[in-house]
Amino acid sequence: MNRESLRILLPVVSLAVLLGAVFYLQPRAMSYFGLNLLFNLAIPVALATVAQMMVIMVNDIDLSIGTFVSFCACVTATFVNETPLLGYSILAVSIVAYAALGALIHYRNLPAIVVTLGMSFVWGGLAVLILPSPGGASPQWLQSLMSVKPPLLPVAIIAPVVIGFLTHILIMRSSFGVLLRGVGGNDRTVSRAGWSVLKLKASAYGLAGLFGVLSGMALIGLTTSADANIALRYTLLSVAGVILGGGEFTGGRISPIGAVIGALTLTLAASFLSFLRLSPDWQIGSQGAILILVLAVRLVFSRKEQVA
Amino acid sequence: MNDIDLDSNEYQSAIVALSNVSKHFGALKALNHISIRIEPGECIGLVGHNGAGKSTLVKIINGRLKPTDGSARYQGLIEKISRKTNAEIARKLGIRSVFQELSLCANLTVLENLRIPYKEMSGRGWRKAAKTRVLNSLNSIFPGHGINPLTTVSNLTIAERQMVEIAIAFSERDIPPSLVILDEPTSSLDSAIAAQLLDHIKRFCKTGGAVIFITHMLGEIFEVASRIIVMKDGTITEDDDLAFFTRQSLVDAMGHVVSQQPDQAQKQGRELGDVILRTPDGLSARQNEIVGLAGLAGHGQAEALAAFYIGKTSFWRAPKKINVAFVAGDRTRDGVMPLWSIMNNLSLKTLTEFSGRFLVDRKREAELALQWQNKIGIRTNDTNNPILSLSGGNQQKVLFAKALASSASIVVMDDPMRGVDVGTKKDVYEMIRQEAANGRTFLWYSTEIDEVCECDRVFVYRDGVISAELIGSEITEENILKASFEMQDSAA
Repeated sequence: MNRESLRILLPVVSLAVLLGAVFYLQPRAMSYFGLNLLFNLAIPVALATVAQMMVIMVNDIDLSIGTFVSFCACVTATFVNETPLLGYSILAVSIVAYAALGALIHYRNLPAIVVTLGMSFVWGGLAVLILPSPGGASPQWLQSLMSVKPPLLPVAIIAPVVIGFLTHILIMRSSFGVLLRGVGGNDRTVSRAGWSVLKLKASAYGLAGLFGVLSGMALIGLTTSADANIALRYTLLSVAGVILGGGEFTGGRISPIGAVIGALTLTLAASFLSFLRLSPDWQIGSQGAILILVLAVRLVFSRKEQVA
Repeated sequence: MNDIDLDSNEYQSAIVALSNVSKHFGALKALNHISIRIEPGECIGLVGHNGAGKSTLVKIINGRLKPTDGSARYQGLIEKISRKTNAEIARKLGIRSVFQELSLCANLTVLENLRIPYKEMSGRGWRKAAKTRVLNSLNSIFPGHGINPLTTVSNLTIAERQMVEIAIAFSERDIPPSLVILDEPTSSLDSAIAAQLLDHIKRFCKTGGAVIFITHMLGEIFEVASRIIVMKDGTITEDDDLAFFTRQSLVDAMGHVVSQQPDQAQKQGRELGDVILRTPDGLSARQNEIVGLAGLAGHGQAEALAAFYIGKTSFWRAPKKINVAFVAGDRTRDGVMPLWSIMNNLSLKTLTEFSGRFLVDRKREAELALQWQNKIGIRTNDTNNPILSLSGGNQQKVLFAKALASSASIVVMDDPMRGVDVGTKKDVYEMIRQEAANGRTFLWYSTEIDEVCECDRVFVYRDGVISAELIGSEITEENILKASFEMQDSAA
């Protein structure tokens, strides 16, 4: 078995183990309704994780994704709901802003960690300006989309599958995706071959912005109202999800399907801990512990492979 | 060299013609008035020692560097008229390069790596097309290669990666390859596979393609080249058909016309002591001795030094006194602390020797800085100035002082004179000789032959192992060149 199959197998196994544990603790979760409850909050997390993955793919990291998703959620709950045209333009402009940041980071050779940390305050501030106190409302179509009840499988299962499949096509199969991953693998080779790394990096960041917007909208569709701090946790969750899903911080090694599974695992971990009647105070720490455990297993396997 | 009139009909057929091209990097003249032309069907062997200008020349040809002076012309197009950059023209003409440092994307599969240089490829079914092209190319160059195009490059061995890179360079794309530049393509291939490559180069040239082939294996040059260009100090010293060369004449051509032999008397004024170090790979040195590590750059010298130095200095509990000092050549990477003052940089190595348990003895630090400033002439009026206020040569002097100020008896030097002016070099040679006479041992990796000739004993590296050990009067430029280049035919 080579490293690639291991990369995708490990998140699958961790998800299966957790799911088994949840079903053991709470057999009633093993139903249409139960699965929907377990996973519906995973949809925005999965979208944010995919956004983070786009940035990690080009060897950067995005510390602003949490506040950006909050900002998008606030815009969706206010402008998109009340003045749709203005609302959608704001979201479109924010995607362009993301792409421009990517271009700036490459052009001026700035550390992404600093730029995005700075931007996280900008997005957070804008979110507070838009929605100083919790409120707003979800656009009707969004709410009904998120609460639709298809036969056989709930939305909470179908949506992550669709997200994973589409991003897999875009990033792993399309020829454009190859170039994007090439920037992470060896940007000198890519630019030597005559491609503009600036444009490619801007595209990667633009995609991150797009998935950030989708994440914010999905979140509002579920919660039906917003708060300026609604998605702050997503920054850490998304990084953890990418890594848990078999991605690496450098070298353009990422897996879209793995990232989605990573997001599901982390969301499920939270439910698992509440089934154990653990106080919510312990949840972040326990999620961290699960992450360390999975990464340790991965390290053991890759060490073994190097020796062999 | 004479100017070539690029508009004359004689040059219309050339893929590339350079006329009187010079390239300067600051004060360094990497290329000096080079004129060459490359015709279809030629296989050019490009040889020369370190710093001769081979890679600069190649980068001018493939358009990655712009000549400071002179012009490059590509098949009937003069660069100045065209608005496109040279790199774009070169790409449009099918000029492709394989570099010594591997330039594949390790996170992509073999077939995906073809996508990156292949700009016009996209749309449906591109994977299938890429797969057949990569496989066709691999099959025709390296029959029986056993490489699956769906494998991720990071799972391939170094040799397989190099094969993939070569196959991609020769692969069929929208623009067929006209000139392929191969920089040390066989360095990690075994002889049977290298022979397959040489056969392919011959076939490629027969069908009208041109190849520039840079290698340290003279046997390979004599096997495939139709013409040999010898470079030295940024100029072309010989450019002739293969028939005019023998191995001996090739080595002679790479050497300096007037070789300055170092003063033997100065060397003999020193008594060599006992052998004080010996490494498993065969490196050894005696007390008072200056030992040189020579050979072409990147053949394992820096690694040998690093392995020795790390083996001697890395402990969980840092001992107070370390017997080995290191002088870095790549100043920005592992030499200076760019934000620190000259004094802080200079005293870094010695701090533990003269400090108490906790606090730095500032008075002694200042004394030390002053003493060494005078001793080796660091040009500054205050050692509290930042290190970056000094010129490169003076920064290097500070690094020497840092090592020599310590009580270490072995000094390891990793090509320390890179980019240092002649005056400083002379000062430092003198200082090294003095220090050696006082009982120190030097391990000196240098890419410049003049410097290696200052040594008492020289180990020449090739392909990561010691290929020759030269002592005393055996240390000549000719012997070093002979040992750095593979003289025999590749043992195919």
